[in-house]
Amino acid sequence: MAEVALPPPRHRNLLRSALLGLSWGWLLALVLVPNLLVLAASLLNRDPTHFLQLPLTLDSYRRLLDPLYLRVFLDSLALALATTLGCLLLGYPFAWALSRIDGRWRPLLVFLLILPFWTNSLVRTYAIKQLLAANGPLNGALLALGLIDAPLELLYTQGAVILGLVYLLLPFMILPLYAVFEDLRPELLLASRDLGAGRLATFVHVLIPLTLPGILAGTLLVLLPALGMFYVADILGGARVLLVGNIIKNQFLDARDWPFGAAASILLTAAMALLLFAHRLARRRLRDGEAP
Amino acid sequence: MTSPLLSLRAIGKAYAGRPVLLDLSLDVLDGEFLTLLGPSGCGKTTLLRLIAGFEHPDQGSIQLAGADLTAVPPERRPLNTVFQQYALFPHLDVFGNVAYGLRRERRPRAEIDLRVREALDLVQLGEFARRKPQQLSGGQQQRVAIARALVKRPRLLLLDEPLSALDAKLRRQMQLELKRLQRELGIAFVFVTHDQEEALSMSDRVAVLHAGVLQQLGTPREVYERPANLFTARFVGETNLFPARVLETQGERVVVDCAGQRRTLPTPGFAPHAGQAVNLLLRPEDIRVLGPDADHGLPGTVIERNYKGSTLDSLIRLDSGQEVLVSEFFDEDDPAFDYRLGETVKVSWVDGWEWMLPADG
Amino acid sequence: MSGRLPRLWLALVYLLLYVPIAVLLLYSFNDARTGYRWGGWSLRWYRALFANDTLMDSLWNSLALAAAAATLATAIGALTAFALHRYRFRGRELMHGLLFVVMMSPEIVLAISLLALFLLVGLQLGFTSLLIAHLTFCLPFVVITVLARLAGFDARLLEAARDLGASEARALYTVLLPAILPALLAGWLLGFTLSLDDVVVSTFVGGPSYEVLPLRIYSMVRVGLKPEVNALGTLLLVFSLLALALSQLLLNKQKS
Repeated sequence: MAEVALPPPRHRNLLRSALLGLSWGWLLALVLVPNLLVLAASLLNRDPTHFLQLPLTLDSYRRLLDPLYLRVFLDSLALALATTLGCLLLGYPFAWALSRIDGRWRPLLVFLLILPFWTNSLVRTYAIKQLLAANGPLNGALLALGLIDAPLELLYTQGAVILGLVYLLLPFMILPLYAVFEDLRPELLLASRDLGAGRLATFVHVLIPLTLPGILAGTLLVLLPALGMFYVADILGGARVLLVGNIIKNQFLDARDWPFGAAASILLTAAMALLLFAHRLARRRLRDGEAP
Repeated sequence: MTSPLLSLRAIGKAYAGRPVLLDLSLDVLDGEFLTLLGPSGCGKTTLLRLIAGFEHPDQGSIQLAGADLTAVPPERRPLNTVFQQYALFPHLDVFGNVAYGLRRERRPRAEIDLRVREALDLVQLGEFARRKPQQLSGGQQQRVAIARALVKRPRLLLLDEPLSALDAKLRRQMQLELKRLQRELGIAFVFVTHDQEEALSMSDRVAVLHAGVLQQLGTPREVYERPANLFTARFVGETNLFPARVLETQGERVVVDCAGQRRTLPTPGFAPHAGQAVNLLLRPEDIRVLGPDADHGLPGTVIERNYKGSTLDSLIRLDSGQEVLVSEFFDEDDPAFDYRLGETVKVSWVDGWEWMLPADG
Repeated sequence: MSGRLPRLWLALVYLLLYVPIAVLLLYSFNDARTGYRWGGWSLRWYRALFANDTLMDSLWNSLALAAAAATLATAIGALTAFALHRYRFRGRELMHGLLFVVMMSPEIVLAISLLALFLLVGLQLGFTSLLIAHLTFCLPFVVITVLARLAGFDARLLEAARDLGASEARALYTVLLPAILPALLAGWLLGFTLSLDDVVVSTFVGGPSYEVLPLRIYSMVRVGLKPEVNALGTLLLVFSLLALALSQLLLNKQKS
């Protein structure tokens, strides 16, 4: 019956006020105010002793467009995109294969996928470094097999950073993809074939559109962290590879140029907002397309 | 039976400006089985929740045995509820569920033990004490919910559509079981349902609710045979309605014109006057089907026939276009009974079996 | 689209995920100083680890911080989730939105925003600033976990408890709390892990007075290889496996 839906408690009691006060309290003090501070900082001038000073200016944003920095940003973006693409290429077939495995094994396999997440990510980054080191096991194996004569320079390259990021972020791509593949009805693919579409056409016209929400969610979960995980670039890329995260960190902790660091952070936030918006839009479009 | 156990006075309740209950007054007598009957959204569940204390009335008062309950929180009201989907605690076993209320009263362990056992025996679930609710069938869960409420020895038990989740056979069985419990324990039950058959077969009295207003309060027989208004007549059982006009009153009798036929009927519960539009209500089992040559009755055609075991239900379309439902007890020897689909017949009734209501009531 | 290829792909990805970890486990018992040479089984890196006072100190610091942050986050997060679930208030949608944004924001954005706050109010960077920061990034995860559990909770159970004589507080304690306990446990465990794992936020809001494990490891592994880290990684892995197994056990016990 419709009548069982519980109306909220009638009285504005003490408990309600206390709980709402607590919830708003921490959200305002620890989320809203700090982010407004960063926004304010990005609009101020730098000051050697107090970090910041008036008057308001858009200088920091202008400097973001400086060819020197723009170059670094675009490189960092390219790195993050390469990571996302790597995760997608590895993760998409994986998620599909996982969803077709005998149901009894799936919980175990999903568990094994998440398990590395519960171990320290620095330790895992270190494990990659150890693996790729000039005198590490990978070079050792290649040498022993006679495939190479001298150890390869694997570490401190862009490739090493991308590998590290893919390694750390792959589960975050796979899980949303796996969720959409689990809901996907296999008959849809058969129907497409039945209607004369080849494998490629089925993939492009049926599989990709149906799994788009998963692809977008995975991209969201991989791309943003990949822009910011400065320690991975530090450990696996040496000083040669920079992420947006490294730039922000340097501006705040080394160069002490707060307005510029804050502006870069706002840029990152804007990128997040854009991605979230795109995700929402795609999901809504897909949902509206469905029969009621 | 002198003073009521529970007394609702002029209760009003609205949600977001939309009235749910309007100036409703109702007494529940000690030891009686009272049913709140009405369609979905009529306010019956809200009324039950007001009695239980989960809601507060906007106007009016609630008294239990002379004490004002209006401001008393639910945990301190000497009455208990059997919830619609049972609301059994999933983290407690059957024993824990039934003991929950006694533990809140801080009863000694030995007493809790004894009373829980008694309550479980009462609903024949003695061996299931250590099961979790999820491990029980719907009917068993239902019994646990009843035991959990009864173990508190309430003055009044509230039941919110307790049988709606059960299948037809189990439902029938639980109806008998509930009736037995109520009789044995002598506790007053206030039972909410939208099923009129359930209401008629179980209750001492039925309160019919519609749009937040009490339509009629009476024994099942009164409600069925002498409905106070059209809503009650239509909601409680099937009804055929014949519009008519009063021609004249003759002392104890009243003459009406019904579809061109003049009928002299007993005076109804209200005072009719000449020219007044009225409705004649007839239950399907009170209608008689006559041959086309009969000297009275309204002509029509048989358009549907359903054999229901002990009765034969027919749908007859009158020449006026109105459709009439007829329910006759099966009698193989009656030749008049032997009409077929498409056959023309006449429908009539024995004068005095009808129930007359003013057309604007 | 059928045959062996899918399984092969699964195997490949699991290989990628687990080879580095396997190497880490193996090398933690390697007697050789560095490199791929196998120098025989040894516990020397475990001994070196336990002898490394600064590392051990930072480990205890991190465990204490993670426990405190997870506990506080669980308490505050559960209350926030309850408020969001129970009450209809103005700005409820905004609160949902803010929670989602905090969860999705890059850690570094959160880190500098909190750093700005701490400097503005003049809070010395150290345990307190770390605690507040870790609390902040754990909170949304706890709220979401508990909220999901509350969504499956039948509010009539609370009415049933009231009906049977429990006061409102008593009903929450005896009926609601047991129902959301698994979510509280899961939220705590998640918060604990996130805190123990965090590098980015701690880099910004940590101070020299309270060094945490990830920063200690970070400065160790930035240059060169440190075999003690293998031993530490192995211990952390075992520790989190035990914690996971324990939580599963508790949850299953609760269910049956």
